Amino acid sequence: MHFWTEVKEGLLISFRAIRTNKIRSVLTTLGIVIGIVSVTLMATAIEGVNRAFDKSAAAFGTDVMYVEKWPWVSNEDWTTFRNRREFKMEYASQLDRQATLLSAVAPVMNTRRILKYNNNQMEMALISGTTSEFISASGNTQLDGRFFSDEESDGGRPVCVIGAVVAENLFPSEDPIGKTIRVAGFPYTVLGVFEKQGGLFGEFTSDTRVFIPIHSFISNFGGRRYIYIQARSKSLPLLEEAKIEVEGIMRKIRQVQPGVPSDFSINQQELLTQTFGPISLVISGIGLFITGLSLFVGGIGIMNIMFVSVTERTKEIGIRKAIGAIRWTNLLLLLLEAAALCLIGGTIGLGIAFPLSLIVDRILPTAMPLSVVFIAIAISLVVGVVSGFLPAYRAAKMDPVEALRYE
Amino acid sequence: MHVIEFTNITKTYDMGVAQQVQALQGITLAIDKNEYVAIMGPSGSGKSTLMNIIGCLDTPTSGQYLFNGVNVSEMDDNNLARIRNKEIGFVFQTFNLLARSDALHNVELPLIYAGISATERRDRARKTLEHVQLGDRAHHKPNELSGGQRQRVAVARALVTQPSIILADEPTGNLDSRTGEEIMGLFEELHSQGNTIILVTHEADIAEHAHRIIRLRDGKVETDVRVPPEKRKTYAMKKAS
Ligand SMILES: Nc1ncnc2c1ncn2[C@@H]1O[C@H](COP(=O)(O)OP(=O)(O)O)[C@@H](O)[C@H]1O
Ligand SMILES: [Mg+2]
Repeated sequence: MHFWTEVKEGLLISFRAIRTNKIRSVLTTLGIVIGIVSVTLMATAIEGVNRAFDKSAAAFGTDVMYVEKWPWVSNEDWTTFRNRREFKMEYASQLDRQATLLSAVAPVMNTRRILKYNNNQMEMALISGTTSEFISASGNTQLDGRFFSDEESDGGRPVCVIGAVVAENLFPSEDPIGKTIRVAGFPYTVLGVFEKQGGLFGEFTSDTRVFIPIHSFISNFGGRRYIYIQARSKSLPLLEEAKIEVEGIMRKIRQVQPGVPSDFSINQQELLTQTFGPISLVISGIGLFITGLSLFVGGIGIMNIMFVSVTERTKEIGIRKAIGAIRWTNLLLLLLEAAALCLIGGTIGLGIAFPLSLIVDRILPTAMPLSVVFIAIAISLVVGVVSGFLPAYRAAKMDPVEALRYE
Repeated sequence: MHVIEFTNITKTYDMGVAQQVQALQGITLAIDKNEYVAIMGPSGSGKSTLMNIIGCLDTPTSGQYLFNGVNVSEMDDNNLARIRNKEIGFVFQTFNLLARSDALHNVELPLIYAGISATERRDRARKTLEHVQLGDRAHHKPNELSGGQRQRVAVARALVTQPSIILADEPTGNLDSRTGEEIMGLFEELHSQGNTIILVTHEADIAEHAHRIIRLRDGKVETDVRVPPEKRKTYAMKKAS
């Protein structure tokens, strides 16, 4: 009862002070607004980068192994890998026959060629030759239309499945399915279009690629090139066992003597996450630090203004103390002004940051996380309380006689 | 039991390195309920210092101060604040009203810190304002009131908690003589209603209204005399003459 009466008096005084010192309040609030906007936007952007990263990583397939000559990530001298024997296409069918823990195996070969459809064209698109198993040996691939069948694959038919970006470029206003595009002059009929994957790894997603049967690929573009094998585990929990099995079979196929290290690499999406995860963490850290700094500066501004306001109001504090205000009451009074300013600033900041985050949303797959909203409000309150506390403490400690003499 | 009992009260201000001002040098006095005391003395004699100690705004350097029999020389800040709030009404020379609040809120203020409910607060503040003839000025801010009116708001604020004593440090110092007498008339009225009043003045004219005059010089009590009733001036008498 007593407590709330004083809180109400404090609120009243705080809001009256905010109203009477409009410019001062606006400037203070501005400091917090800027701080909150940058913190929330930065947090949103970081969230977006992380999500984009996760999404891209998922495009590789969490349960897919990439068996090939080169490792994706390594600290070792690259010459040790250069001397490895090249991969052969037969490995894929051999692996498929012998493995028990794999659901699908597909060899993949890549090259860059020009694409054309009527007047539209796309330079240097990534052309991938593979088998019908590719679709089952890949990560999350949603398909409009269909992938090529076993017969089309084995027969090297002139059919293709294209990525979303390829479709956008070649067919800005048409349905691509059933149309025939030209890959370096060779006709291929579009059977399906992959759904857009987006993300950070650009070409490694299906977006900018064209998939064709590997036999057709070899006869049109030649077969003496880098080849890797995509092998998918029957299930995610079986992945580790599947990896051991693949390693064993591949050693047998490539006749690696016992005791000699394997002369091939089994790459996984996880490898990427492990490598780039810390980098994205560092980026997030730096970003948050910089924006935290701007919030801190805003806090200092509030603190400064609170000092001024306390000096202005020392006499008032003297009067209140003379009349019987107990120490913490004065404290509360001043805390309220600072906290109220910060809270108002924080709310305005969120109001500005939210539409801006929608713009970020167009570039990165993100939404302002709810936690950021709460964190921003909490931060602005803490800044208000902390920056209000010191000057309020100083004022409240002052002798009433001394405060009264102040003009 | 006395309302106020000072035994050998001293107050020393430290003015930096080895420099001290002895504002009060051993004051012993007692003031009873419903007394009307004027404190006089030249400037710098320690009147304000004495008042601040009586009013619990300041604490003595040494000596014992009993307020209604309670030793306040040893109280902490919070308890002193409580005494100021409930037992003491202070009227200042410079009014010391909250500039941004209207008369009513200013008078309400001590009741807020006393934890009185809003409706009762309003009610009491309004009644007290009426008591000092300012019922129609409740929503005026201090800068919309004359000096005399401001001081009456301050008196109302001092009065509203029904304190044991009302202290006034040169309450007419910032007023012209006619308004000053108006305020003195108000104090007189309050006294006749049973209040205990201690006021500081250096005008003999004003002191003549009191029942007891304590003169200070260099931080000591010089004289302490009771004014016989036939020698007292009253506001009503003056008005008649
Ligand atoms: N806060 C203070 N610091 C130092 N000296 C003070 C302080 N307050 C009062 N004094 C000194 O104490 C003496 C008494 O002051 P005061 O009580 O204000 O006198 P009066 O009210 O009678 O004019 C004066 O010499 C004054 O300078
Ligand atoms: Mg004085």
